Amino acid sequence: MVNEKRQIVVPGETIVSGNEFLPGDGAYRDGVEIVANRYGIANIIEKHVRVVPISGAYYPRRGNTIIGTIVDITFNGWLIDFGGAQNAFLPVSEVPRYVNKNEMREFLDFGESVIVKVWDVKSRGVDASMKMRGFGKIDGGMIISVSPNKVPRIIGKEGSMVKLIKSATGCDVTVGQNGKIWIYGKNTDDEVNSKKIIEFISKNVTIAGLTEKVETFIKEMGLSASKVEVVVEEVTEDKE
Amino acid sequence: MVENLYTKRYSDRKMTEVRTMKAKVGVVPSADGSAIFETGRTKAIAVVRGPRTLHPQHMQNAETGVLRVNYGMMPFSVEDRIRPGPNRRSEEISKVTEWALSSVIDLSGFPNTVVDVFIQIPQADAGTRVAGINAAAMALAHAGIPMREMVSAIGVGKIDKTLVVDLDKYEDSLFHDGEGSTDIPVVLTSRGKEIALLQLDGKISIPEFKEVVEMSKKACGDILKVQMDALKNISEESK
Amino acid sequence: MSKYIMPNLQKKKIESYLNEKGKRLDGRNHDEYREIVVEEKISENSASGIRVKIGNTEVLAGVHLGLAAPYPDSPNEGTFMTNAELHPMASQQFDIGRPGINAIELSRVIDRGIRESGFIDFKGLCIKEGEKIWQVFVDIIAINDDGNLFDAAGLAAIIALGKARMPIYNEKEDKIDGFSEDGIPLDKDVLSFSMTFHKVGDVIVADVDKEEEAISKFRLTIAVGDNNGEPRITAMQKGKAGTISSEDMEKILKLAEDKWKEMFIKIKGYVFE
Repeated sequence: MVNEKRQIVVPGETIVSGNEFLPGDGAYRDGVEIVANRYGIANIIEKHVRVVPISGAYYPRRGNTIIGTIVDITFNGWLIDFGGAQNAFLPVSEVPRYVNKNEMREFLDFGESVIVKVWDVKSRGVDASMKMRGFGKIDGGMIISVSPNKVPRIIGKEGSMVKLIKSATGCDVTVGQNGKIWIYGKNTDDEVNSKKIIEFISKNVTIAGLTEKVETFIKEMGLSASKVEVVVEEVTEDKE
Repeated sequence: MVENLYTKRYSDRKMTEVRTMKAKVGVVPSADGSAIFETGRTKAIAVVRGPRTLHPQHMQNAETGVLRVNYGMMPFSVEDRIRPGPNRRSEEISKVTEWALSSVIDLSGFPNTVVDVFIQIPQADAGTRVAGINAAAMALAHAGIPMREMVSAIGVGKIDKTLVVDLDKYEDSLFHDGEGSTDIPVVLTSRGKEIALLQLDGKISIPEFKEVVEMSKKACGDILKVQMDALKNISEESK
Repeated sequence: MSKYIMPNLQKKKIESYLNEKGKRLDGRNHDEYREIVVEEKISENSASGIRVKIGNTEVLAGVHLGLAAPYPDSPNEGTFMTNAELHPMASQQFDIGRPGINAIELSRVIDRGIRESGFIDFKGLCIKEGEKIWQVFVDIIAINDDGNLFDAAGLAAIIALGKARMPIYNEKEDKIDGFSEDGIPLDKDVLSFSMTFHKVGDVIVADVDKEEEAISKFRLTIAVGDNNGEPRITAMQKGKAGTISSEDMEKILKLAEDKWKEMFIKIKGYVFE
């Protein structure tokens, strides 16, 4: 659904009326009406009505990629702060190699940054895994934060926006669904430029023709988005 | 028959008219949700932080998140400086605000967490708890908290025998003769127009009270429109 | 209270960029302040109500004057009190409840900077010697913390004092009847404003943001006023556990002097115009 100004709905507002509609995430039925349960953009696909949040905190979902920091080490795993209400738990059984309990800090120490996959969401918190390719400890580069709701536009359709940033600055940009972004380039100046581009995208998320606007912004920065085909490891999931 | 002392409003407003309102969402960048709501010269800032882990642990609820409201007035908001720190009035207002907001939100998806709502008043001209709730409702929506409906708040007053919407401080202090002044803060839900908060300080007859309820429905409708406009016209930076 | 967790790689990145290029992740040089925004008339119920933003860091401040009896040892002088609140709405790291040591330190440092400079004319606050004086209260509330609340609060305090309207004392009824168009008794020539410098990595940095503030080794707040065109220090406070070498001190003093020369006229404009 691509609109010039998509329909922002407010809790309690009727989105659509009719028994043929079904309420999804962020919506509920009140008589014949489908009503918003959350603040966000109403999205109707084949009679299925949901509300996509445009603000607010990150709520982890199974399968999400998140970027966070090790804040505690227990006898059987590590606790990761990813900006959620509770920390994620990475069990020692979910890392790529065998780590015995004396090697815990050697493998992942306090303050180290990781990219992990959300394996399970429980009432006590999130369980994470690092077993798959593309997940693991990260070092070097910088981490910036954006509102989690902007993540899909920063990634772009099939990673197109991330590829555009790479071609302009040479930096690898890995976006966590929790709004933490890891930028890794040849030097800090390039990384700072990537940061500026991401901040520009954040400010213009609902504007039509975003890609063209970003390309113009890149030119104005004195960089060039070269047309080289860049193959980027698709670690993040495509959303929307 | 004793004549009614207040037959014409001292300002340009009609008896049923709310003061000029201003509202904006996303005023505190580091918060999960935030809003400002102004009614005339009364200003309220509301900030939402959460859901976040609730400490100490024994206060956690394993079935649902909890809402916690902290209302306060800034020392320079009124003519006589208010000493910083909680007082009985602010604690009571915090509690009735918490009940009003809890009635429409659903935190069952966030066990063991707390959603903190901070309300602060930088400038007061009567109707501060009401402005605070209007701001808080917007801030909760902005924070993405699941809410079945919005809530809107208004103070209906009675000056001698006349029912009046949205008293300002001057009106509140006007009449100590006759039947004096009565202040009735009301919070209504946006869809069902159900009462989420009700307080009364003064004297009123039953038919008058019924009229108060009708007047508050209309006034809350006006307020809801301002709240919705602010949410719908949010700037990109504020998201 | 949740501590601000700084990833190691981020700390390394901030420090190395400063050490190697003297620059910060938002593009600023090590000695640059973010944009300062000042708004007046936040509250008209008190003598003044001010909003100050430095970048995204925001505070509100207001001045109140009240009537009281003087202290016995200073029968012809008014009094002055500063209260800064690190309200939990401003940051995940601030707690509800009684002021913590950070708020107390901030209040006292701002208070000293103003009091010791002689900015407030205490004798001018006397109404009747031995009987009645004016109390001046400055209240500051943090609205959003993105680093350097010290300078935002310090600036808001002096602007709130500079813009404060003198209340009208009704002697017959012993009460206050609104505000006059006059300011409160101040010695405008001794105005000083405070700048806080942090050591981040090996570099002395002005106007830290939240991340830089979290990793800095020490901070030094210096209040500087005007002494016939030359900068004069009226207050200092070192915070955090790192030590200041003589080399650091040289750099800080040079930076303080340069920034004072650059900013003082503008700051004076905010306070008095």
